[in-house]
Amino acid sequence: MSSTTVYRGLPWWKYPIWLAMGIGFGAVLTKAQVISVVRVHRMFAFQEPHMFLVIGSAVVTGMIGVALLKAFRRTKTDVSGRPMVFKKRPFQTGIVAGGLIFGVGWYFTAACPGPIYALIGTGTWTAWIILAGAFAGAFLYGWLKPRLPH
Amino acid sequence: MPVIQDPLPWFIAGPLLGLSVPLMLLLTGREPGVSGSFRHACALLPGTKAIDYFRYDVLKEGLWQVLFVVGILLGGTWVQFGLGGAGIPLFLPQNLTTAGLALLFMGGLAVGFGTRWADGCTSGHTISGIANLSLSSVVASVCFFVGGVSASLVDRFVFGGIVP
Repeated sequence: MSSTTVYRGLPWWKYPIWLAMGIGFGAVLTKAQVISVVRVHRMFAFQEPHMFLVIGSAVVTGMIGVALLKAFRRTKTDVSGRPMVFKKRPFQTGIVAGGLIFGVGWYFTAACPGPIYALIGTGTWTAWIILAGAFAGAFLYGWLKPRLPH
Repeated sequence: MPVIQDPLPWFIAGPLLGLSVPLMLLLTGREPGVSGSFRHACALLPGTKAIDYFRYDVLKEGLWQVLFVVGILLGGTWVQFGLGGAGIPLFLPQNLTTAGLALLFMGGLAVGFGTRWADGCTSGHTISGIANLSLSSVVASVCFFVGGVSASLVDRFVFGGIVP
């Protein structure tokens, strides 16, 4: 996160939008049962297509949406005139190693990061334990980062 | 608020999640991502500034993401208590043993460590990254599923299903 300058002096109305986008995102994850341990286990055992269809159609819609956005918004700025931040994630060891580790964790917790928060919101207290683990994992990564290949 | 009993079908849920990427970019200049919030949480804890990875201004660079994940939490609350709930078990009673809870913590550790090393999760890589045609995000997403499916196979066929 080196580009501090793009974050400075953001219009105040963006903050309620982020909260609202999160509420919509979390509501959809919950109502589509993506946050359910039952659905996640059936996905990883290839017992039903539900999760693959949700994720697959999200990927396709996102690709089409961003392609249209780039085609019709050549300035690459948002409605406030500031640049859209397309996060660059270059190839590095962590893409594969971290990706595999996360996949294993996803199976054992039955929750990827978004659903952890949505589960807490539903009152599923066990999700607090997953979140505590995730915070500890992020801390461990930050601590070990200088010694890990990137 | 009407109570909806049926789950949201995939052909509505998936496109809504996908559309959040161009919509959020257009309105706010940011793409949806969740796992960066784990880093912000650590960076907010006292004492972590000794580590380079946590030495940045969270309020300036991460507040948008903190609000986004608080929103996700509230979205779960809204559905659970206002829209008829998820209509499916969200945890298993078998998890409520010491070993089960330890497994959840260890799994969470892998989620936090793995997503930070890969620099993204299912939202940042699989939805936002691929939408932006990032090849590394395609590879990361394949690895997420390879990891999950492998863990499922090993658990069910080697250990006889230690995960409830």
